[in-house]
Amino acid sequence: MNHPEEASNIELNVNDKLHPINVAPFTRLLDVLRDKLRLTGTKEGCGEGECGACAVIIDGKVINSCLIPIATVKNSKITTIEGLSGKAAELVKESFALCNGAQCGICTPGMVISATDLLNKNPNPELDVIKESLSGNLCRCTGYIRIIHAVDDAARKLKES
Amino acid sequence: MRANGKIQLYVAKDLNDALTKVSDPGCNWQPLAGGTDIMVHAGSSLQMGAKFIAIGHLPELRSIELQNETLSIGSCATYTDIRSDNLVKKYFPMLDQAAAATGALAIQNQGTIGGNIANASPAADTPPALLAYGAEIQLISTRGTRTMPYCDFHTGYKTTAKKPDEIIRRVILRKTNESNFLTFYRKVGTRSSLAISKVVFAASAGMTANGFISHIRLAYGSMGPTPLRALRTESLLKGTEASNIPADEAIRTLAKDLCPIDDIRSTKTYRQAVAGNLLKQFIEQLRGITV
Repeated sequence: MNHPEEASNIELNVNDKLHPINVAPFTRLLDVLRDKLRLTGTKEGCGEGECGACAVIIDGKVINSCLIPIATVKNSKITTIEGLSGKAAELVKESFALCNGAQCGICTPGMVISATDLLNKNPNPELDVIKESLSGNLCRCTGYIRIIHAVDDAARKLKES
Repeated sequence: MRANGKIQLYVAKDLNDALTKVSDPGCNWQPLAGGTDIMVHAGSSLQMGAKFIAIGHLPELRSIELQNETLSIGSCATYTDIRSDNLVKKYFPMLDQAAAATGALAIQNQGTIGGNIANASPAADTPPALLAYGAEIQLISTRGTRTMPYCDFHTGYKTTAKKPDEIIRRVILRKTNESNFLTFYRKVGTRSSLAISKVVFAASAGMTANGFISHIRLAYGSMGPTPLRALRTESLLKGTEASNIPADEAIRTLAKDLCPIDDIRSTKTYRQAVAGNLLKQFIEQLRGITV
């Protein structure tokens, strides 16, 4: 076994591309995304898993990247806000703009990640389900109403499309 | 960027690999399952030189299985795994509620039941449900496995019966065939998601055919140094007639079972009052049962 505290070379699958990096195994995924890969769309809010600003999708699940040691995701498929694609993602982004779902913007990438994940799994969510799905993403500007409207709007358009 | 180079992390190849590592005396490898508690302290209060062994990905630790009358939940089953399991929903609904009350989606996707137990916070959301179901916990090491009642697992504030060379293997819940079996789960926090509890209450009771309480378990979180059972109140209520439960006396007795504190999340007085009110709600539910 090599010395695990030392940086090692790994390949990280982010947004369908393999990125070779040299990093210590306990480094947070958030830091790798922002500082090594310069994918700065993923934000650091609280750094404690409470605000969802750093949310990404790992193997099909919404995960707070501030809580992930990099060595545990070396075989995973990671999608950040920069790589988020597909019909649901496009509609969510459009609806956030249309419904003024973003103000200062810090929570927005995490909100869009959570909303897209929801619509990919449940294209016809009730309002309560939308609220629960976004409950791990804190926003200090909008009061949430416009964000919830935006997701509802995107869901409606997704159903119509 | 947080400097985490001095903290070691080794990703276990399989369960045996993990057990061998933690059995190495003096090395102090600590299991890291979902990491949702441990990573909060990454780069701040975590001791430089700390050593973690990642086990959350091991399939051996993750399955939820019904074997005869018991449901075995692997320690690395996430809250999402638990919430999406129909057997949990059907037979142990309080555990489903507790998993739903924990954090929010991203935490539920990552955090594990074994981690929730091992972290040993008195405010954790799943332990009261496990206590109220009379769960057992199985620990594994290179020396073998042992199973103990979960109510004996938490020995003091943040201390447990788990030895340094042991890993939590699974929790075991026994199905009940009783027709008059009632449960109650409620978490009281500042907001409905992402809040650490002020009070958690989980309770279960069985009733005889003629309306007497045959057994009862009352479990609380955030009401003492560990998740705990209100044993004095349980013995007061056991054997009483459900339609005639001495509620006021039960609430007075409850004050002797619990030892809440004032802290950043709540006060001793508020917690005690809410704990009593929740017990009262459960008693009302028991009284309302027509056998």
